[in-house]
Amino acid sequence: MSREARIKLCVLFALVAGAVVAFGAPHVLSDYFVRIILLIALNAILVLSLSLSNGFTGVFSLGHVGFIGAGAYISGILSIPVQQKLALLPHLPAFLHAFSLPFLPATLVAGVLTALLAVVVGYPLMRLSGYFVSVATMGFLIIVNVVLINASDFTRGARTFTGVPLETTLPWVFGWLAITLFVLARLVYSPFGRAMKSVRDDTIAASAVGIGVLRTRLIAFVIGAFFAGVGGSLYAHYLGSFSPNTFYFSLTMSLITMLVLGGMGSLSGALVGVVCVSLLSEVLRSVERGFTIGEFSVPALFGASQIVLGFIFILIMIFRPKGIMGEREFTFGLTQRSAVVNQTEERKR
Amino acid sequence: MTQLDYMLQQIVNAVSLGSLYALVAVGLSIVFGVLKLTNFAHGDVMMVGAFGVALLVGIGVPFPVAVICGIAAAAVAGFLIERIAYRPIRDAPDVARLLTSLAVTYIIENVGILVFTSSPRNFPLPAFLNTSWELSNGAITFTSINLLTIALTFVSLLLLGWFITRTTTGLGMRAAAEDMSAAQLVGLDVNRLIIVAFIVASAYAGLAGILWAAQAGVVQPQMGFTPLLKAFVAAIIGGFGSIAGALVGGYILGALEIFIVAFLPSSISSYRDAIVFAVLIAFLLVRPGGLLQPNREIKL
Repeated sequence: MSREARIKLCVLFALVAGAVVAFGAPHVLSDYFVRIILLIALNAILVLSLSLSNGFTGVFSLGHVGFIGAGAYISGILSIPVQQKLALLPHLPAFLHAFSLPFLPATLVAGVLTALLAVVVGYPLMRLSGYFVSVATMGFLIIVNVVLINASDFTRGARTFTGVPLETTLPWVFGWLAITLFVLARLVYSPFGRAMKSVRDDTIAASAVGIGVLRTRLIAFVIGAFFAGVGGSLYAHYLGSFSPNTFYFSLTMSLITMLVLGGMGSLSGALVGVVCVSLLSEVLRSVERGFTIGEFSVPALFGASQIVLGFIFILIMIFRPKGIMGEREFTFGLTQRSAVVNQTEERKR
Repeated sequence: MTQLDYMLQQIVNAVSLGSLYALVAVGLSIVFGVLKLTNFAHGDVMMVGAFGVALLVGIGVPFPVAVICGIAAAAVAGFLIERIAYRPIRDAPDVARLLTSLAVTYIIENVGILVFTSSPRNFPLPAFLNTSWELSNGAITFTSINLLTIALTFVSLLLLGWFITRTTTGLGMRAAAEDMSAAQLVGLDVNRLIIVAFIVASAYAGLAGILWAAQAGVVQPQMGFTPLLKAFVAAIIGGFGSIAGALVGGYILGALEIFIVAFLPSSISSYRDAIVFAVLIAFLLVRPGGLLQPNREIKL
């Protein structure tokens, strides 16, 4: 079988498997497990979108959650049913009162508007490097939080934003995850992807060979923000109600932990990190609620899961700064050429 | 109340707030100067100092003794953080160390919530510090703790100035800040200097935390995070890593915040923090060395 055929077969298999899980799981598994699978896939979209600038381009943004929050609120405002919108957000501009969008268009609009925001924010900020870009993007995150709290005509301020229809189901999340993975894989393993990595590894050398550093960083930042907006919209339609602090430092920290644990320079690393951290925090959360083993009863320890995750993060930083996967990918042998091709090349030499 | 009185009242408020920012920013700058590390856990060291005082006074220790113990506890906390979390990754890239300090913050705050819960508890301020003073027939008011904050800031910063310009250890710290490997080559014990830097910085954080809690009236596990972020902005405005810069930045930021609230309509002034962080971003873009280090350049 030729390499192309094998790749096609594998992709087909992955899609079918994903579809089976997406449509079948709710019939077989309990709601609890369906929820965990959904959260993992949702976090995967968020972490993948984060990995584009932070992992592959070397622009370690701490403001990514600002884009997720923006996406969540934009999509929420667009898709609350008209009747409820009048009651919940009475001071919205009239044209926003007039309609409410279905899930998919609302998500797309959220993604596009978030990407536009990223153009505005990224154009100045992508001039900064290393430590300074992290700090400046953190400033952006705080500004988004302040704006969300104060623009109460649009966001209900610090009060809970509610009334978003609960439409995020497994097929939606898996579909968007497949699109995200496809786009990112095409992007990262393309000439542009190599430009991104060269900007990350040696900025001066990259610009010396004619790669536009600002342009490369900005494109990565904006595409990442698009998927952050999409992910935010999915998150909004999963939660139904949320507040500005849902999208703040604590979410930032958990997404970064997932990315760093898995390995920053690898798409499969991002996925591995998401699965590990999500499962671990699920286990820890049940410990947190308190439990009884025989005679011993452990009281509820609120925040214990965060503490453990924090320690894991520091241990990774000390002992395995490149994460579980580093820059490797799970390729299942698909990127190697077939034996026949190798032999013909041997003979030519 | 006349226009002038209103203005004077705002200046009093600005100097008081600026002193607190300056105290926190100085500690951040000491650590950044030596290690090129943004120590987010600095805010939690403040929290340790304030909680130490609250708990000790709660079991009957006299207030001044509790304050000294609180500052000592903060210094110990800073030492432990350096030893456990920061030393193993001293040679890691800047961003990795920034993230580690965020993780440390995260751990300490959650431990605080686990032990003390996140609901605020009273900070026991003795009555003689709570008296309020009035000038010009009550148009300008301030409390003793405002005065004490300003006075302590001046005294402690004079002390710091003496320490880093007149003592061998202080000079060594500045040498290490200038060039770590050169300092090592001429025989300075860099590890010891870094520990001293952390202890000094954390003691300042402890003091700042106590004063902050005294002004707010409450302590709470996450109390350090906001002042930390603000002090960070102050330090960048002045010139990160420079102690004079931290001082200048602290007072500028204090004045900026107070005047935004005092003189702008509330529809704008509620965006105060957004304005503050926009200033931070503007400084990073246009003058990354801050006001006092105009020549520092940032490579693309």
